[in-house]
Amino acid sequence: MYRYNDFDTAFLAERNDQFRQQVARRIDGSLTEDEFRPLRLMNGLYLQLHAYMLRVAIPYGTLRSAQMRQLAFIADKWDKGYGHFTTRQNIQYNWPKLPDVPDILDALAEVQLHAIQTSGNTIRNVTADHFAGAAADEIADPRPVAELLRQWSTDHPEFQFLPRKFKFAVTGSPNDRAVTKAHDIGVRMIRNDKGEPGYEVLVGGGLGRTPMIGKVIRDFLPPEDLLPYMEAIVSVYNLIGRRDNKYKARIKITVHETGLDTFREKVEARFAELKPAFSGVDQDLLREIEGHFAPPAFRNAPTDAYEAEREANPAFRAWADVNLAAHRAEGYAIVTVSLKKHGATPGDATSDQMRVLADLAERYGHDELRISHEQNVILPHVHKSDLPAIYAALREADLATANVGLISDIIACPGMDYCALATARSIPVAQEIAERFEELKLEHDVGPLKLKISGCINACGHHHVGHIGILGLDRAGVENYQITLGGDGTEEATIGQRTGPGFAYDEITDAIERIVRAYLELREDPEETFLMAYRRLGMDPFKAALYDEAGKAKAHAA
Amino acid sequence: MPRAFTPKVITANALLEGDVVYLTEDDRWSRDLSEAELLTDEAVAEARLIDASRRQSEIVGAYLADMAPGGTGPEPTHFREEFRRTGPSNYHHGKQAEDLSRT
Repeated sequence: MYRYNDFDTAFLAERNDQFRQQVARRIDGSLTEDEFRPLRLMNGLYLQLHAYMLRVAIPYGTLRSAQMRQLAFIADKWDKGYGHFTTRQNIQYNWPKLPDVPDILDALAEVQLHAIQTSGNTIRNVTADHFAGAAADEIADPRPVAELLRQWSTDHPEFQFLPRKFKFAVTGSPNDRAVTKAHDIGVRMIRNDKGEPGYEVLVGGGLGRTPMIGKVIRDFLPPEDLLPYMEAIVSVYNLIGRRDNKYKARIKITVHETGLDTFREKVEARFAELKPAFSGVDQDLLREIEGHFAPPAFRNAPTDAYEAEREANPAFRAWADVNLAAHRAEGYAIVTVSLKKHGATPGDATSDQMRVLADLAERYGHDELRISHEQNVILPHVHKSDLPAIYAALREADLATANVGLISDIIACPGMDYCALATARSIPVAQEIAERFEELKLEHDVGPLKLKISGCINACGHHHVGHIGILGLDRAGVENYQITLGGDGTEEATIGQRTGPGFAYDEITDAIERIVRAYLELREDPEETFLMAYRRLGMDPFKAALYDEAGKAKAHAA
Repeated sequence: MPRAFTPKVITANALLEGDVVYLTEDDRWSRDLSEAELLTDEAVAEARLIDASRRQSEIVGAYLADMAPGGTGPEPTHFREEFRRTGPSNYHHGKQAEDLSRT
């Protein structure tokens, strides 16, 4: 895992000191809010509905146990004893007070974390596959590339005032768990026909009010061209991206309006100018970063204890069946710890839970933790013989919910309970849907189903790529929820289609139940997932389950 | 025809804590909506907002929020203001958990 060098430490200390003085000047009245706002946003400090919110970057979702413990410490000392993990692998504190924020940033710096570029029209936290370095299907660990991009983009002088925010995602697996096609730039580590490593580069993906799937701008980029090519793309966007209209300022609109071929020509021309300026020092740096991500020393041990526990404990078996993923090392598993207990707030963890997760990572997991964009926590390297002990500890901490990838494993943005931009609530909708399916004891029968909820058109909850997506809107002063079906965030990325008119706050859970019951009736067999059934059948049978013949929402569950 | 002016209060967030606050008739910032001054005259409301917005060392982002007169003071007419006066619905945090007498 990457560890700061002296330069990183000094840079962060200087930035934090600057911000401490800026906060002091705001409090003593020398800075107005208009002057202060861009400064606080540069440091991840938002003002939301009820309080300030501090968004802390977790680069490519990777944490050490000491970092997780410090996040817990901060939650206890300066917040309300919990943190909210987000769909961009960050953590948000919902209740910091302005005078405390400089101290919080110093506490983060002690464990090599910060909140720089988690807001503003800059290159944001670089996200990556949360199974990086562990997944059985992986070609290469994407985190060294993500770290290189992080270092390159942090405080990049040319890219501090882009037309709009800019998001990178990197995956090293053919099975895309990082939603690279819904990012401004998606980098996919691949091999060409000759078996040489390189990158497929996607550009212009994004969700929000104009959802678009990323387009391939380069199908094979040689490794040494990565940074100059990224710089060329962002540089072209910086010049021709629209600044006259916030809603047309993202690179997806630039690429769409310019045309992919013309945009590519401009990028290639800029790349030809930039390439000679990259002497290869970036590749030396990448080699050095790769050294930080050397795989842990996996042990060769029997897994009998795991098999025995599976036989003896049905609850353990149910959990293992859905919360484990295939690891590349024999005898190992990837553990996804669900932060989606039925009825709880998706993505929230208490400080006690954070400490339990840190302890488990330290004791059993090579000191590594990951945060997924699906708002769960991952222990990426666990020997199967340790799983019974881990499961017992997770149960003790109320973290053993067996629902990963099922309907109650919901992504939900904070919505109008916290967010100043939201048009409706998302958290209570997620809570009620999860509780409904828990009562019905139906979700294991339903099988894989990704439900994603956004509380406004900006789509932080990724509703467009949910198998079932929910979008909360304000319709004439009342919360109203639109449903989309058939979205997919994987390598086959697809934008979901709207079913029709939306549903009231007290109707939405029934509506979701009707969709799911329709699926259970229509599927050919339990192997046909919801998404497969939707692709085979299309929208009509689901529409029929939702609306009466006049096209009006049916009022009650059938 | 311009739309008829609907009653409003001046609201903002407190600079240090970020709490939702309301301007009272005697120019205090109260955390309690029932203490807010209900403004029924458009010209007065706009003048009061300009004055309130100058109080940069106390508050952030003052604006006029629609309210209706109620038995115990102004009442929100939109759910967003209802959440702002109460706090989030997933936890008993924010105003609903705090002593409203503090101003």
